[in-house]
Amino acid sequence: MENHFEDVTGVRASLSDVNYLADDGIAGIVYLADRLGKPILVEGPAGTGKTQLAKSVAEMIDARLIRLQCYEGLDESKALYEWNYKKQLLRIQTEGASDWNEIEDDIFSEEFLLTRPLLEAIRAEDRVVLLIDEVDRVEVETEALLLEILSDYQVSIPELGTVEANQVPLVFLTSNATRELSEALKRRCLYLYIDYPDLEREREIVLSKVPEIDENLADQVARIVRSIRQLDLKKSPSVSETLDWARTLVLLGISKVDADTATETVNILLKYRTDIEKAIKEFADSPDGLSDEEE
Amino acid sequence: MTVAEPELENSPLLELLGGFIVELREAGLPVSLTENLDAMEAVTHIPLEDRESFKYALGATLVKNHTHWKAFEVVFEVYFSMRGEEYIIGSEAEGDLSGEDQEGDESALPGQGQPQGGGGGMQSLTPEQLAEMLFKALLNGDMAMLSALARQAVLRFAGMEPGRPVGGTYYLYRTLRNLDLDGVLEKLMEETKSQTSQPMSQFEERLERDEFLDRIEKLKTEVEAEIRRRLVADRGVEAMARTLRKPLPEDVDFMHASREEMSELRKAIYPLTRKLAVRLARKRRHGRKGPLDFRRTIRHSLSYGGVPAEPKFRFPRPAKPEIMVVADISGSVASFARFTLHLVYAISNQFSKVRSFVFIDGLDEVTRFFEGVEDIGEAVHRVNTEADVVWVDGHSDYGHAFDVFWEKFGRDLNPKTTVLILGDARNNYHASQAWIIQEMKKKARKVYWLNPEPRAYWDTGDSIVGEYTTHTDGCYEVRNLRQLESFVEKLV
Repeated sequence: MENHFEDVTGVRASLSDVNYLADDGIAGIVYLADRLGKPILVEGPAGTGKTQLAKSVAEMIDARLIRLQCYEGLDESKALYEWNYKKQLLRIQTEGASDWNEIEDDIFSEEFLLTRPLLEAIRAEDRVVLLIDEVDRVEVETEALLLEILSDYQVSIPELGTVEANQVPLVFLTSNATRELSEALKRRCLYLYIDYPDLEREREIVLSKVPEIDENLADQVARIVRSIRQLDLKKSPSVSETLDWARTLVLLGISKVDADTATETVNILLKYRTDIEKAIKEFADSPDGLSDEEE
Repeated sequence: MTVAEPELENSPLLELLGGFIVELREAGLPVSLTENLDAMEAVTHIPLEDRESFKYALGATLVKNHTHWKAFEVVFEVYFSMRGEEYIIGSEAEGDLSGEDQEGDESALPGQGQPQGGGGGMQSLTPEQLAEMLFKALLNGDMAMLSALARQAVLRFAGMEPGRPVGGTYYLYRTLRNLDLDGVLEKLMEETKSQTSQPMSQFEERLERDEFLDRIEKLKTEVEAEIRRRLVADRGVEAMARTLRKPLPEDVDFMHASREEMSELRKAIYPLTRKLAVRLARKRRHGRKGPLDFRRTIRHSLSYGGVPAEPKFRFPRPAKPEIMVVADISGSVASFARFTLHLVYAISNQFSKVRSFVFIDGLDEVTRFFEGVEDIGEAVHRVNTEADVVWVDGHSDYGHAFDVFWEKFGRDLNPKTTVLILGDARNNYHASQAWIIQEMKKKARKVYWLNPEPRAYWDTGDSIVGEYTTHTDGCYEVRNLRQLESFVEKLV
């Protein structure tokens, strides 16, 4: 098996080349996944860059990203493969006279197979990164579909036999932890938890993603967001919301955030009314009393 | 850097990893055999000098649940702390110090000149100088300096003695007391204020404060790590791991949770309720099929020429239960009541109606606090502060509380109602009025009792839980989130 990466620092450096700022944990696990040939299960709060990690890794190793978006009710025919019934029917009709056995062999050949993301990733000739997004949305039973591909990189099709991978692709599974994933799935993966970044990393992220911002403002943004995350909120601001906020501040031409601007724009960071109220109360406990402009 | 297989087989690393994994399992983390093997393989790909990567490699292969990460980290620190390059404690110097510094007094330690670890040269400082350096390091956010100072602080103030059977928290407390971090924080704030030209707004001040708090928190972590390192050196890895072993969040006992564990629990409850709600909603939808739907079967048979080829079934519609929660919120069991209320309301869409009552010796309906409220935590807080639950002296009186309940709300019980009674049934030797429970059971669908005490303590002292529960449909020991979760799932 060819390895994509030299060492952990190399991973980290090349990730930052494609504008993804990884910490040691993230880089280390990506490196390890490549070495061990194991999928990575990425968990963490929404909007911390789980999906982005897969995209960035794909960009970094110059591979095609194949994405399987999971949802309730996802089944084999959407995830693995499906027989192209219409084409099969057509085949039968056009050569109505020939031998049945021949037709049967023929219509269950690869020509009539519609590949869905998982099979496609296995059969790909070029480099691919497989992203199985929001895997916690499928039912526990459906998870079983993934097991074969995750542990052995193969798919068994009753009519055709087993399709084995041409190469071991890098696989990312993301989960928002709305439910506990099965032991069987977890056991096959490396586990990576991406939490909200710490102050320095968040500032770096803001600086790299919002290039127009000046350093002081980025620092302030990161600090305020950290303070807000310490409040007891229903939903803490995510990294993407931090970036939105930073962009807004730049657009508004604000160079220094004070309590007023924070109060006025906090609805970009927080999406629940109770959270917004809490944050505003927190900003504005000064005696000169800011009115609740959000209401 | 790859370690060849045979080399690994009899290396001390393998042995160490074995012990490490045993300890993880002892601490309650589910580590399977495959994961164990994965970890062994993973570390062969990681240069061993790189401690952080080593840690993440083990974490990624062994810990598959984020709430277990903390427990993992503690075990890791214990097992591998002696391998870090910062672990250089001059043992003879330590011996000297522990003799001199027994009471943790703040007198300077003159003449201890030999450089040690990162704190080299700090031995000769007076406490005032040390405090000044600490202050500066915090002010400038100088992390390297902070960790050196943390080491020095432990050396001076913790007064650690080899073989003394006290826990790490004791040393931590002693060290932190001597550092007076609260005072330092105030000084830091004053310093920053005097540095800026114009007066700071409240908002800026708050941000500054958060920044300093964060730095102080880091200092505390350093101190803690240093104490742990020294304890491990003194007592050995296994013994230390045992002392530090803490229950996982879902196993923390409600009644004996420390303040820190409480906040952990509060954080844990939100994802828990979300998971539970999703699971329950799915269960309802994917339940077994209902009885035969005769009408639809006949209707469908028309397309098969009147042959009922495809039987149709009704969708199951399990009735949503109506819930009444009656909770004791007196001191000892308050936190338990809080968590249960929180959980029940968080999944209230699984019930047709939820009403809640709280009592100590008087009883008050608190349903109103939860109506139209988004933030359940806030509502629960209001229940604790605003509900009118004291009748005479504010000591639990289950008998009187049930009396009031029966008189005021007894008629609202109907065959759809499920009653949950929460409490330890420590009745302070008042009359039990157990007949009320018996009457309740006759009118309601089910009556359950949830007791946060360990089963072994039931019916000891003034606990009369047995007297009540002979009349209920079941009494459950609910001491931690895991048990609470499984009970609620059973309920729905």
